[in-house]
Amino acid sequence: MTPRRGQPTVRIAAGQGFWGDWLEAPYRQVTGGPIDYLMMDYLAEVTMSILQKQKSRDPTLGYATDFLPLTERLLPLLVTRRIKVTANAGGVNPRACAAAVAETARRLGLAGKVRIGVVTGDDLLGRLDGLLARGHALTNLDTGRPLHEVRDRVLSANAYLGAWPLAAALRQHADVVITGRVTDTGLTLAPMIHAFGWGPDAWDLLAAGTVAGHTIECGAQCSGGNCLVDWETIPDLANVGYPLVEAHPDGTFELAKHPGTGGRITVAGVTEQLVYEMGDPTAYITPDCVADFTTIRLEQAGKDRVRVSGVRGRPATDKLKVSIAYFYGYKAVGTLVYAWPDAYRKAQAADRVLRQRLADLGLQFEAIVTEFVGADATHGPLARNSLALDELPEVQLRVGVRSPDKAAVERFTREIAPLILNGPPSVTGFAGGRPRPEEIVAYWPALIDKQVVEPCVEIVEV
Amino acid sequence: MRGDRGGVRRRKDGRTEGRKGRSRRVRLVELAHARSGDKGDTANVGLIALKPEYYPILVEQVTAARVARHFQGMITGPVERYELPNLHALNFLLHGALDGGGTMSLKTDAQGKVFSTALLRLELDIAVPR
Repeated sequence: MTPRRGQPTVRIAAGQGFWGDWLEAPYRQVTGGPIDYLMMDYLAEVTMSILQKQKSRDPTLGYATDFLPLTERLLPLLVTRRIKVTANAGGVNPRACAAAVAETARRLGLAGKVRIGVVTGDDLLGRLDGLLARGHALTNLDTGRPLHEVRDRVLSANAYLGAWPLAAALRQHADVVITGRVTDTGLTLAPMIHAFGWGPDAWDLLAAGTVAGHTIECGAQCSGGNCLVDWETIPDLANVGYPLVEAHPDGTFELAKHPGTGGRITVAGVTEQLVYEMGDPTAYITPDCVADFTTIRLEQAGKDRVRVSGVRGRPATDKLKVSIAYFYGYKAVGTLVYAWPDAYRKAQAADRVLRQRLADLGLQFEAIVTEFVGADATHGPLARNSLALDELPEVQLRVGVRSPDKAAVERFTREIAPLILNGPPSVTGFAGGRPRPEEIVAYWPALIDKQVVEPCVEIVEV
Repeated sequence: MRGDRGGVRRRKDGRTEGRKGRSRRVRLVELAHARSGDKGDTANVGLIALKPEYYPILVEQVTAARVARHFQGMITGPVERYELPNLHALNFLLHGALDGGGTMSLKTDAQGKVFSTALLRLELDIAVPR
């Protein structure tokens, strides 16, 4: 913690907005300027079921494996610079992840210099039947259906933990905190709770830290990446600077990035990120508090610097969100490209031929979705009406099918290639080969009483 | 003046004249920027005024009903709207927009990432100062 402008400041840097984000970002955040914490978010909703599958095949897996080469590269720097890490890289096996990181640290000669905090307790898969038997219906928040309808197909079930278990690990002097399913915002809020000693009912402060977490949880999406406003003038995206939160004990914070990096931090760009994946803005619900996004004040405090203040919060609810993944069925998507003249009409004709053949084969699909990429895939009829459709140089026919019947989806994948020689003309773009049927792992959001979930914090000495 | 009211005469230059004075037809992209995301089968579109003085125009004209009409045939559920006057922004929830959403969806834009840009095609008639 370094004093600045009269108030202590804690610098929390976003290093990873999702599993698969820029591998250089965490390294640049650590080396590009002073930071106190490196925050990394790895877990999307579907990720947990993939990891659960890996763990069932090998009990030492089930975490974000990318985290290991990253720690190998960064740990010596983190130790020298006294930078702490919060990461939900643990997936469905945080202890195995911690063991692997500990081994890496020992190999790097860092024995005695790294303490790893492990947060577990989010994984409810082994407890599901007990919970259902005790009347926790885990009703689907979107559809209202009770979980027992798909119980035998459930692949993973994780409660979203909040910031407090991470803060507890930091209090026990953890240098690297590895968690399973915690909220993205909790990874940023926890260092503030720890550094400033915020209380569990300091709702405005917890809401402010939650807003800070929301702004940087998608990495560069608040510092110029995927930013629509004035997008063509955003400088040097090749060297985009990932965002930093410079947090103060009173709940105010600034968003900034390291000097000399590309991208841009403006009120307009930060606003884009604030409304991303937003529901009711007056009730942004996390395990830690309910934040009111209509109270946020933003001001440009300098070049690439936005000051955030005024955030108000309300008491947390007595529920936790549970993210459940279950096997749903199969899908496949096939594509072909048709060229001018009449590219769009050729693609339409090919779609009609394909659909007739699927019908003649008696194949049953829950859904068949056709898109004409280049004409209507993203804007539907809104764009089609304003385009010179006859003049399009090419149109990609993209057809997807979904079915509980794997054989039907498999047969669909064999009906695309024949169209090249026995359908409408001027067709190309099949170099990728026959599409493959994919398993659909669907998402089942639910709530559970907070009291039945017990977060667990352990420390692993290296 | 609202474009869908009576008493409007369209001039050759695209402007209109009506009882309350002149207005000009603009696409929302000239007044606002936007970002969208997903929650299950619901896409959210955050619509942000490019200038604070545009925000009241958005509040008045870009109603939930208007947005529902705009997306007719593209979404199967209702549209909800929330106001964030502090950010000069509106948030729209478009239910049933993503063919089931997430891993289930067969759409290119399965996560509603660019629904925001489709909203920016909306045309409005805005008052032109005399």
